[in-house]
Amino acid sequence: MPKVTIDDITIEVPAGTTILEAARQIGVNVPPAMCYYSKLKGSGGKCRVCLVKVTKGSDRDPRPMPKLVASCRTAVMDGMEVRNVTSPEVIEARRGVVEFLLVNHPLDCPICDQAGECHLQDLSYDHGLSKSRYEFERRTFERIDIGDKIQLHMNRCILCYRCTQVAEQLTPERVHGVLYRGEVSEISTFIEQAVDNEMSGNMIDVCPVGALTDKTFRFKSRVWFTKPMYAHRDCPTCSGKVTLWYQGAEVLRVTSRKDKWGESEGFICNTCRFDKKQTIDWTIEGPADVDRHSVISQNHYELPYELPVNQKKLSN
Amino acid sequence: MVEVSRLLSHYPADRQKSALLPVLHIAQKEFGGWLNAESMDYVARLLHIHPIEVYEVATFYSMFHTEPVGKVLIEVCQTGPCCLNGAERIISYIEKKLNIKVGETTRDGMFTLKGVECLGACGYAPMFQIGETFYEHLTEEKVDAILADMRSKNS
Amino acid sequence: MGRKLLLEHIDKPDINTMEGYIRHGGYRSLEKALKTMTPDAVTEEVKKSGLRGRGGAGFPTGMKWSFLDKSTDKPRYLLCNADESEPGTFKDRLLMEKIPHLLIEGMIVSSYALGCRTSYIYIRGEYMFILRILEKAIAEAYAKGFLGNNILGTGYSLDLHVHPGAGAYICGEETALIESLEGKRGNPRIKPPFPAIAGLYNCPTIVNNVESIAAVVPIVNDGGEEYAKIGIGKSTGTKLISASGNINKPGVYEIEMGISVEEFIYSDEYCGGIPNGLDIKACVPGGSSVPILPKQLLFKQSDGSPRLMTYESLSEGGFATGSMLGSGGFIVFDEKACIVRNTWNFARFYHHESCGQCSPCREGTGWMERVLHNIEYGHGKMEDIDLLWDIQRKIEGNTICPLGDAAAWPVAAAIRHFRHEFEYHVKYPHRVFDADHVYQPEMKMQTV
Repeated sequence: MPKVTIDDITIEVPAGTTILEAARQIGVNVPPAMCYYSKLKGSGGKCRVCLVKVTKGSDRDPRPMPKLVASCRTAVMDGMEVRNVTSPEVIEARRGVVEFLLVNHPLDCPICDQAGECHLQDLSYDHGLSKSRYEFERRTFERIDIGDKIQLHMNRCILCYRCTQVAEQLTPERVHGVLYRGEVSEISTFIEQAVDNEMSGNMIDVCPVGALTDKTFRFKSRVWFTKPMYAHRDCPTCSGKVTLWYQGAEVLRVTSRKDKWGESEGFICNTCRFDKKQTIDWTIEGPADVDRHSVISQNHYELPYELPVNQKKLSN
Repeated sequence: MVEVSRLLSHYPADRQKSALLPVLHIAQKEFGGWLNAESMDYVARLLHIHPIEVYEVATFYSMFHTEPVGKVLIEVCQTGPCCLNGAERIISYIEKKLNIKVGETTRDGMFTLKGVECLGACGYAPMFQIGETFYEHLTEEKVDAILADMRSKNS
Repeated sequence: MGRKLLLEHIDKPDINTMEGYIRHGGYRSLEKALKTMTPDAVTEEVKKSGLRGRGGAGFPTGMKWSFLDKSTDKPRYLLCNADESEPGTFKDRLLMEKIPHLLIEGMIVSSYALGCRTSYIYIRGEYMFILRILEKAIAEAYAKGFLGNNILGTGYSLDLHVHPGAGAYICGEETALIESLEGKRGNPRIKPPFPAIAGLYNCPTIVNNVESIAAVVPIVNDGGEEYAKIGIGKSTGTKLISASGNINKPGVYEIEMGISVEEFIYSDEYCGGIPNGLDIKACVPGGSSVPILPKQLLFKQSDGSPRLMTYESLSEGGFATGSMLGSGGFIVFDEKACIVRNTWNFARFYHHESCGQCSPCREGTGWMERVLHNIEYGHGKMEDIDLLWDIQRKIEGNTICPLGDAAAWPVAAAIRHFRHEFEYHVKYPHRVFDADHVYQPEMKMQTV
């Protein structure tokens, strides 16, 4: 198995593993990913936030790679050496990419349903400038209606292509896609029509920003005021393993479960997502795993385990 | 349709989508110089692909128009080398003469004026393209003659 | 007079027909290659010739061919890149329009070398009139038994088709071209895999520029070594240069690699000097993407020796003092030309042509255009110049395909060599309002 060294940590991974996946296995200093999604074939390579520097190609051909490479689409070679956060060049380039992603992205986070679970928000917190150098009007698109379940807010889209890959790979017919080109490319159906099939709701879960949100949850609450609980049901279409987002006793939203990289653990069907919003529909497993740093975990329920440090403090 | 089957024969049997660009060129010509949703859906059926695949492609390429255009589409090259030889003056001359701005169509629906990027005629600037024809080394007199000719041919 | 290998017979009125082309020595390489050489022997000659890709990157053609994956039983494809769209470049058009059979002959011989059974010429949609010329010539070649089954009784069979694009510069990038040929949007693919392994329909594929493929004909006819005798160092053979801008004789010239830039611009055999008694200010020697060179760097290398029309000499000094031969799109600017205006114009081009797939190019090209538009029209600020520098630096090298670099380099070079013109635009906004404004250096002096 090839050995790869990322930021001075060496790991052995199966042949064909990408640098990004190897970094995820190491678990620290993982390059961010806005378009790559391990569960979607052909995803990645587009957003460029995961760029890293390959300082040694492999044992066999030790030459460094001339340009930064997209870690999500570059396979490791035996003996490869990679610099991510230890390379000023990478950090610089990543800052540049984040700035590019933000020049046209509306800063409407206060009224965006994705706030609190937005990957671009996290990314700009980590790498963004405090002030935009872009002095021109932000690009806007005409709103189009893609049905009663999913809200498309094109102004916020960063063109990661994930939702088109969901439609291509999980649904019988893709009716939306990327239209036009360059800066004015847009996710659209061209002729107004609903994106409606049993798996279409997964587009919401894969969207890294607030471009695709759940219409049935719209403006009902902020995510950090809701309590995520794992639950399951016997579903004939999908795994039936979901997260229920409670406010009080009410289920405001159903989503798939997210792993630590923000990806769905398993895609769910629209029946589970939109039609099963009663506690009675579900077997509750307990509080969802939420990253301790996430705003969602901030103030509203006890952790599934007790923190020893706190206990000590309390006993004093 | 003969032409379409000839084009289809150029590509492997399981790769008929390859004919999309050439077929769209034909469709645009047949359906009045632009592509509406119906004509694109028709092309999708011909090639056994989903309509969205056609919309995605038609909106990507600058030669396909998803909005109506005038009978005569004048595409003036506005890229660097042409500008060094007076393309901008030719564009303003046409604008004044047709009383429209770049991107507009004359009220009688005769002419649409479009500024386009490099057409590969840098050595013969200034130039524009109408249909499949390149008109090069343009002068105001030449423009007058070409526009008059186009008007009489298309009235 | 330099030797002409491609355009020797361009003035013969019947050179566009099968009979005329054969009368002037055409299709000899076809006989020679198919009847007396193995495919590998043809590749060997191309390697010996030192031919470098004429589309812009200058990668050795023979080496590219040798990367073709021959280990699978999948079909292999040769695609001719006739999507000529690089501003300043119009050489392939002339070659195809006037001598279509030269390209077809080159396609057959090259396809034979690579073991292809079907090959395509991908031509930009705006060249539809040339597509018709090529299709007619291809029909003639079929009729003559040069294409189709069992060519010249050798057992080798080949089908050749022309495929039109529809207005997208990006389709000149080889993987975008392949996507487009598959009936998709012209979004460049993420490499690896390279086309030689998985290209058209996921099969091994070689993409070559029109001029590269045409050059295979004289290489096979006279031998690779003979071809390599022309030129200097690793710049062998002849090169088509499209000359445009402020020169007396714009047009396409076939030059022997190695003539001096000065000769090319001032000799009557080529550009014939600058019109209206004006001096030259700058030159973009290899198509809009390559760095612009000011007069003082154009004629001399850093060691003082004359700068030559070769890959090496034009890039001598790196981007600090050099440029690139690129596609041979040679654009000349006289002393009255406004560099800022031209930089804005090129930035608009790349903004228009970005496919929009990756963030730095999608967002950065539009941003650069807007900032440059402000400066050009007298609304710029001094910090905008540094901002532009920073934007281009963050695009360069960070995109999926070379369009990002192509958009960044002209802006970088213009600021590097003509910063004073940018500053002039910021300082004297009222003077640059009119599109015909001319940079006046003495104005700068007054403010000092």
